Amino acid sequence: MSTTPQLTEPRPPIAKKRGTSLDRKHARFGWVFLAPFAIIFLVFLVLPLAYAFWMSLHTNTLAGGEQFSGLANYVRAFNDERFLSGMVRVAGFAIIFVPIQIGLALIFALILDDVRTRFSRFTRLLIFVPYAIPGVIGALMWGFLCSPSFGPLVTLFELINAQAPDLLSRDSIFWSLTNIVTWQWTGYYMIIIYASLQSIDPSIYEAARIDGATKLQTALHIKVPIVASSLVLTIVFSLIGTLQFFTEPQVLSPLAGNAIDAAYTPNLYAYNLAFSYQQFNYASAISFALGLLVFLTSIVFLIATRKKSGLR
Amino acid sequence: MTTSPVPLVDNAITASGRRKKKRAVAQPGERKSIGMHLLLAIAAIYFLLPIWWLVVAGSKTTQGLFTGTGGPLWFDKNFALFDNIAQLATYNSGIYLRWMGNSFLYAFAGGFGATILAVLAGYAFAKYRFRGRTVTFMILLASVMVPMTALVIPTYVLFNNLGLTNTVWSVILPSLLSPFGVYLMRVYIQDAIPDELLDAARVDGSGEFRTFATIALPLMRPAIVTVLLLSVVGGWNNYFLPLAMLSDQTLLPVTVGLNNWQVQSNSATAGGLIWNLVTAGSLVSVIPLIIAFLMLQKYWQGGLSMGSLK
Repeated sequence: MSTTPQLTEPRPPIAKKRGTSLDRKHARFGWVFLAPFAIIFLVFLVLPLAYAFWMSLHTNTLAGGEQFSGLANYVRAFNDERFLSGMVRVAGFAIIFVPIQIGLALIFALILDDVRTRFSRFTRLLIFVPYAIPGVIGALMWGFLCSPSFGPLVTLFELINAQAPDLLSRDSIFWSLTNIVTWQWTGYYMIIIYASLQSIDPSIYEAARIDGATKLQTALHIKVPIVASSLVLTIVFSLIGTLQFFTEPQVLSPLAGNAIDAAYTPNLYAYNLAFSYQQFNYASAISFALGLLVFLTSIVFLIATRKKSGLR
Repeated sequence: MTTSPVPLVDNAITASGRRKKKRAVAQPGERKSIGMHLLLAIAAIYFLLPIWWLVVAGSKTTQGLFTGTGGPLWFDKNFALFDNIAQLATYNSGIYLRWMGNSFLYAFAGGFGATILAVLAGYAFAKYRFRGRTVTFMILLASVMVPMTALVIPTYVLFNNLGLTNTVWSVILPSLLSPFGVYLMRVYIQDAIPDELLDAARVDGSGEFRTFATIALPLMRPAIVTVLLLSVVGGWNNYFLPLAMLSDQTLLPVTVGLNNWQVQSNSATAGGLIWNLVTAGSLVSVIPLIIAFLMLQKYWQGGLSMGSLK
């Protein structure tokens, strides 16, 4: 089992073939096959990013139209308390979400890899099903379930004649959102980790068993290190998703009253600035700053884990 | 076992149909653990709970949702599922059906388009050593880390200048971009299709496009289905992009439409309260994808590990 980290250049499988006449003659066809994707890539990724950067360096004034304003929008953003508190909030979400999601995904994957019954196969499907449900509907369902007026908790607390806690209040909304996202994404990450556990050669376990390793030891010292590259992949996905958190708070905001404001997450703030207040230049600056932050965080994480886990 | 000296993909599915026969012999020490099953049972209840709630809630009237017998997790005595479905089909001249149709259009047009581009580009990266390949692939890998929501606002402004917002194209065209799909296809093709096979076809006088279509394409089927499934799900679940691009009610996908109904019900007086349509509409809208996932199990279960295992 090779442990090359994912998201790196796969090596050409047959190095000796490099530079043969057959190769050179056909190489230009590479560009022909790549061209359609390359065009979409330039038009819908490179161009919007460049345009967002350009917009972020300008300010739209009623009198003078678009005017170059240098880094003014960024200076404004980093002095904007609403933006900064949104940033701190998603950072907090990332610290909570990522370990919970990946931790649960890993635990379930290890159990499902170990227990092979009809029930465990059924559970595997159930854990994955939320991935097939749109985030909007996931948020709506949990919004109802957490609702102080018609959630099941109300019924439960009525039985003991107590006031049910308001799960959509300012104090508890953070945990309600954590719950929704955990429900939505754990299954997806679990399947990725589970699939790589499945590809481990079982003779390794036999060797460990003969050496007297317990199941827990086998899991911690053999399975987890082997699937480290899937763990890194799922952590990066989870991190990228969390930092651009948008759908769930946006959907829950009318249900949750004043617990979720227009700047709850940076992405929500950028959306509201752009579409409610027509401040496209400032919204672009926020969007671009957030994008850059997500990008750099992922790259730094990938480089850091590459060294730590001894991967090449 | 593999034809390449460096096994790049060691996942459950490969073109040669090599599927590791795992644990054919039960390990003697392996007993059905009660503790683990208990944990799984708790997980099953947790992950099923909202779906069960949706099935129950979809069968209630608006009044039943608030004051029905049986509580939030059991059916009301007034079973209104079929009434709700009939109302879904007619409310606001059947706009719900339009939304479902739009969701299908956006998910499939975007998903198929993205998959075709990913297959071609993945094939180019895996099988041609063209000038600039290493650099372009590094750029592709970096772009996987770019959050897609960062692109929505500038794309909106660009489309707005071209008069393209509020059209189906404003949702479909940006959905064609799937760098991760290209990455998955490349990793798969590199391992599943030996260079010798393509060279043999070339020696026999087959052109590049014919070789691709007749030799390579059939071998990519498992990866194509996986990438297609992921792209279609991505398109179906997309919310931010259509929310920003579309304001015409008849162009909305079902995700945005249902949320509009929720907002309406939240702020409306009795006449506009359509909570029963929000719940029944949500229930109906999740059924197609759940069925697709159950039917295509063998593809996504093996395919999802493609990107992480090398």
